[in-house]
Amino acid sequence: MPETAAASSPDWAGVQLHVVTGKGGTGKSTVAAALALALASSGKNVLLCEVEGRQGIARMFDVDPLPYEERQIAKGLPATPGAAAPDGSPRGPAGTVFALHIDAESALLDYLAMYYKLGRAGRALDRFGVIEFATTIAPGVRDVLLTGKVFEAAKAGRRGKGVRQYDAVVLDAPPTGRITQFLNVSDELAGLAKVGPIKSQSDTMMTLFRSERTAVHLVTVLEEMPVQETADGIAELRATRLPVGGVVVNLARPHELDADDLAEVADGATEVEGLASDLAAAGLDGSPDELVDVADHLLRQGRDHAERLALETTQRALVDEFEVPTYELPRLAGGVDLGGLYELAAQLRRQGMA
Amino acid sequence: MTSSTSPSGAGARAGTHRRSSHRVGPLASDAVTAPVLDVDALLADPGTGIIVCCGSGGVGKTTTAAAIAMRAAERGRKVVVLTIDPARRLAQSMGIEELDNTPRPVVGIDTSTGGRLDAMMLDMKSTFDEVVETQASPEKARAILENPFYIALSSSFAGTQEYMAMEKLGQIHRQAQVDGTYDLIVVDTPPSRSALDFLDAPERLSSFLDGRFIRLLLAPAKGPARVMSMGFGLITGALTKVLGAQVLTDLQTFVAAFDTVFGGFRQRAQQTYALLQDEQTSFLVVAAPERDALREAAYFVERLADDRMPLAGLIVNRAHPTPPIGLSAEEAVAAAQRLERRAESERSDGSAEGASTLDDPALAEGLLRLHADHVRITERETSLRARFTAAHPEVATTVVPALASDVHDLDGLRRVGALLAGQPAERDLPEA
Repeated sequence: MPETAAASSPDWAGVQLHVVTGKGGTGKSTVAAALALALASSGKNVLLCEVEGRQGIARMFDVDPLPYEERQIAKGLPATPGAAAPDGSPRGPAGTVFALHIDAESALLDYLAMYYKLGRAGRALDRFGVIEFATTIAPGVRDVLLTGKVFEAAKAGRRGKGVRQYDAVVLDAPPTGRITQFLNVSDELAGLAKVGPIKSQSDTMMTLFRSERTAVHLVTVLEEMPVQETADGIAELRATRLPVGGVVVNLARPHELDADDLAEVADGATEVEGLASDLAAAGLDGSPDELVDVADHLLRQGRDHAERLALETTQRALVDEFEVPTYELPRLAGGVDLGGLYELAAQLRRQGMA
Repeated sequence: MTSSTSPSGAGARAGTHRRSSHRVGPLASDAVTAPVLDVDALLADPGTGIIVCCGSGGVGKTTTAAAIAMRAAERGRKVVVLTIDPARRLAQSMGIEELDNTPRPVVGIDTSTGGRLDAMMLDMKSTFDEVVETQASPEKARAILENPFYIALSSSFAGTQEYMAMEKLGQIHRQAQVDGTYDLIVVDTPPSRSALDFLDAPERLSSFLDGRFIRLLLAPAKGPARVMSMGFGLITGALTKVLGAQVLTDLQTFVAAFDTVFGGFRQRAQQTYALLQDEQTSFLVVAAPERDALREAAYFVERLADDRMPLAGLIVNRAHPTPPIGLSAEEAVAAAQRLERRAESERSDGSAEGASTLDDPALAEGLLRLHADHVRITERETSLRARFTAAHPEVATTVVPALASDVHDLDGLRRVGALLAGQPAERDLPEA
């Protein structure tokens, strides 16, 4: 995506709820965190939610384990110095990323207190193990509680003492294989609760999830199985009328060689001696024989790389067929720390995702 | 703690690399080397009857399980592999694209050593249904199978898949003991949020069956004595308010119908748990050399020890082999930059084409940068693994290099099996 296009308007400007999913091992939590940082610009407040009890946000941002409470964890990515704001307004200071760790038990008690003022009965439910039952056993209920809290945080016109209105909510969601079931709360409950308050509650939630104010982004790596799972995920989301957002290709390999060099390396057509003499010219020390060994290894490493890139190219072509906006993040050789998150956030911003 | 001790590296970079071996202080002290996991010895041991592959999602568990099963079969064992969710093409190559819950022979295995390999893909729901059908009378079974709560429970209860994988393992094991079809069962575990889910599943199911709330729901059917305790009234009131009365009635019907099969379930869960603790069982923890995957692996190793379950070792998949040359990332980048500058100045000097003393500077530069990237990755992976080993020095480990392409045929599995056994990858093992 060209930088100029990105600067004029991010691709998901009207989206209030960003749901980030992906197959295990593709780095969906990293992408969710980077997206939150990227969205939190010019005074915008963003809430990053996790629902899988892993405390991944706390680890990524290097803060204490998060409670069931919105906490400020980071400042967003500052605007590029000198860049004019898209709408001509002066660029304000960076926005703030808040985080919320949602667990089903707390969400249920919260829900009961908020809507039913159960008081003593709520405590009795806890005492009799109903809370535990409802949240770990009763199928579907758990997901409804988790998504319900996300819904509450994302909806417009939030009221109450000390309650913050967020410009965007980013959800680090369950993996691709489960995402449709997770968001499709009214269907999940349909078999169980045909009427009643929890049913109407879930219907209201579905209205937001199915609207243009929601986007479900899928994270993948350029390998066969994750790409296949992404394709299946997109098909399932569409069949359920849930809005498919973008595809984020994560952990992409570096492109240090141009196409001609890659082809040459892959074919094993390079002269080892020529490379060895270039290495000597580059100032590597060692005897000519030793440099030939180094050159030989570099070529083998290069061939391996070319083979993997060819595989990535095949998979990228499949990703292009999804016909959704696609973004690409590099594999950071040093791993992802807080600095790395900002680097990834800047990439997402440049590519127009935020 | 990089490749500095490799002989060729030390030779090529004499003078610059020796110093790390003289380093003193905390960095150099007490480097622990993990014992090597001997996969072939594990497979050859007739005492190994069950191998469970576990680990967090996306680390190559399914491929590892299939490769181990295949290697064992081609070394003379009679093996069945129980997989959960294989990649489509891998499933096709093993002949198990059908979800029929029955082991099928894998065609294309070398059976000259007298071994064999069957494979099956777990169908969670029908496994659950089968258990209900064996535990209850036909009418009761039908009532259960049609109840909306059962339908939801059997397909989406957190832990059902884990529990059913263990249930199926128990079934196959009992059958194999009777008719001797298999002498080794290899189990893949579901792609859970956490690897621990699968050990917790039987406990969670039991606590579901024994929960106070379930007992309470059953109370009306069991006699009038404590039925209308104040607590119960409060609860039914609250639940009706939240869920609606119909839900509560459905739930009560379900629990009452299911009660008769509870005992059977609990007993089976206990048997399976005991089977996992048995000395014929070996756990293989699978991880990738990433922070999160290794953290999960560490939790899992500790948990297995707490539950007295036999751990055979750790498999680190998708590792980047340490390069056999001792060229550091910094040196490679510096050399690449020198090349870049030199090529630049030759261009601006306007020297004639072909007059350059350089052969193909762009290629050399690119390869040097690739090398730097590769070295940084191996350094990070080595240090992550070293941390794991420092905390768990007793865990035997084998490191499997990342393959250039996906595995989706039997040859690929054979190759992974050889790598698991450490065959062509000796030089890739960490040295410190």
